[in-house]
Amino acid sequence: MFTHFYYHLKHFGVPVSFSEWQTLMDALDAGMAGSSLTGFYYLCRAVLVKTEAHYDRFDLAFASYFGDVETPEGLPEKIWEWLDKELPPIEVTEEMRRNHQQLDLDEMKRMLEERLREQTEEHHGGNRWVGTGGTSPFGHSGYHPGGIRIGGDGRNQSAVKVAGMRRFQEFRTDETLGVRQFQVALRKLRQFTTRMDGTKDELDLDATVDKTCQNAGRLELVWDRPRENAIKVLLLMDAGGSMTPHSRLCNQLFTAVNKSNHFKDMQIFYFHNCIYDWLYHTPTCYQDDYTDTEYVLRTFSPDYRVMIIGDASMASYELLREGGVIDWGLYNDRPGIDWLTRIRRRFEYSVWLNPIPKKYWDWTDGAFTIRAIREVFPMEELTVDGLERAIKILMNKQSTGSALSMVQ
Amino acid sequence: MSKMVQYKGSENYIVSDELRNSVNIAIALGKPLLIKGEPGTGKTMLAESIAHALDKQLIVWNIKSTTKAQDGLYVYDTVQRLYDSQFGDHDVANIKQYIKLGKLGEAFTADEQVVLLIDEIDKADLEFPNDLLWELDQMSFYIPETKETITAKTRPIVIITSNAEKELPDAFLRRCIFHYIAFPEPEEMERIVRVHHPDLEDKLLHQAMDTFYMLRSVPHIQKKPSTSELIDWLQALVVGGVKPSRIKKDLPFLGVLLKKNEDLDTLLTQLYNKTQGRIGQRATGFR
Repeated sequence: MFTHFYYHLKHFGVPVSFSEWQTLMDALDAGMAGSSLTGFYYLCRAVLVKTEAHYDRFDLAFASYFGDVETPEGLPEKIWEWLDKELPPIEVTEEMRRNHQQLDLDEMKRMLEERLREQTEEHHGGNRWVGTGGTSPFGHSGYHPGGIRIGGDGRNQSAVKVAGMRRFQEFRTDETLGVRQFQVALRKLRQFTTRMDGTKDELDLDATVDKTCQNAGRLELVWDRPRENAIKVLLLMDAGGSMTPHSRLCNQLFTAVNKSNHFKDMQIFYFHNCIYDWLYHTPTCYQDDYTDTEYVLRTFSPDYRVMIIGDASMASYELLREGGVIDWGLYNDRPGIDWLTRIRRRFEYSVWLNPIPKKYWDWTDGAFTIRAIREVFPMEELTVDGLERAIKILMNKQSTGSALSMVQ
Repeated sequence: MSKMVQYKGSENYIVSDELRNSVNIAIALGKPLLIKGEPGTGKTMLAESIAHALDKQLIVWNIKSTTKAQDGLYVYDTVQRLYDSQFGDHDVANIKQYIKLGKLGEAFTADEQVVLLIDEIDKADLEFPNDLLWELDQMSFYIPETKETITAKTRPIVIITSNAEKELPDAFLRRCIFHYIAFPEPEEMERIVRVHHPDLEDKLLHQAMDTFYMLRSVPHIQKKPSTSELIDWLQALVVGGVKPSRIKKDLPFLGVLLKKNEDLDTLLTQLYNKTQGRIGQRATGFR
């Protein structure tokens, strides 16, 4: 009877396998859900969800699937109860109160009530749950100081509400995260490379001792392939003004890449908005401290993994016209898009990481140039998930767009 | 499933209902329980608590970066055999005496059901969990040297902890029951703190806890303060004789809670922004 729930979970992006589903069925047969929805919720989650990153999706799926089990009228009542119980204990100073009169409790309750009414009407018993995002003053992980935090001890509440609270939202891997998480992601660049082909020319001491002893003392040498990482990385970072809001994120990635000392070689260059004839050595892009892009294209072997970090947002002439370079006193004979295409042609293992979240790509200021650059490079957003996808791209050549034929 | 063993927690370990459910599900289904969670949430303690509560022997297999799956099964001490053959002390034809069982082997051959803790599985090589798939599934392994198959007499209760340093392979995850230990809610935290500081002033504790959870909720903090840091901080507050009313305003001994310079900077920026009254405008575009 729950088979639909299986597909429902998949639809919400929870990767449930058939064997796990079978395990759940066994557990249900054994009566382990304890005939309560809460018991069923915890059982499902323990058996089907294998990373806290998916807890949130699971909660959403569960809430939307079993949401109607509870009488809808009862729900707002209970939210009212939470509100009274879960007021944030943080004291608000007079000054803050003056600045934020809209955070008055009565006002908030009224707003929340309205919000609930709207949501029910719009979603018809679907996701009418409060706590969907970090920006609303209603919800658990929002950073709206003095806002109403909904969520708390899940002990005596029914499963739908526990799910509705979405306590695990902060673990979604599509969130932007810290250096450590980037490092973990970057390790995957190594995973693929340790098992490389090559001649067996390194003496495997342990295996030799083992073999020799098993031969009761007759020497037998065992040779192995050296396990070294062949990955070479070329990092090109946009240091232009429009990147400033993203500097923290880029710093994190930069630190992570820098700390990942398992690459055979790592080179970092900077550019200002778009890549032209010059790749700078420092983020300040001093005009006399650079390497010719031409030189990089000629001397760096095509097996370099190229990561370009930039918002890809610029004026269209910066990308498409000769002399479009933004820096005063410089002139480029080739338009930026030409250079990008040449880089892409030289380095087949390349990817563009954009700190602007993907959902904004179509309508942000730079939507036009983002679209143009996506014709050349595969683009991923600069999040842990995005980086992981980017690394997959870097491990496999990926052809992109028709732009490869645009040059000459 | 008639004689189901039920874990109900033990007196020195505070277990949430969710976690207790997960433990019992894992025991009943005979599958390994994979535990993840922030440092200081009592992952390792759980196995001790289960062993204690169910009165079973605890076998701990600590994983290090050099640990191989084979180490957990058995080690064939070939060097010892070579020595013995040279000095002629033993009958080297009997290979069995050179087979030393690892922790997993020990758990399999135990006469009664044991609790096996595989601690920090993510420390090992990426392939490590894959190498244990069959053994944990079937609870048996084969020793080619002696042509012997070791099969578990009773399926051990397997608890695996991970700090998420490495992703675990999907095939491995599919065979586990998973539980993420969430960071303790304030009420639970109060109970935990009370264990360490039984005679703490209520006012001091509440002020300190408020500040602590406030700090944890600051966006972009890289290393959030954890339970042990809170306990140290309380100690510092008591020794320093800080008045409870000053805690929120002055944030004394902040270095005990935030160990990274970047985090201190982040916090100061955020506090500055707050006093400037620009809370609503914080970069929401990333979320």
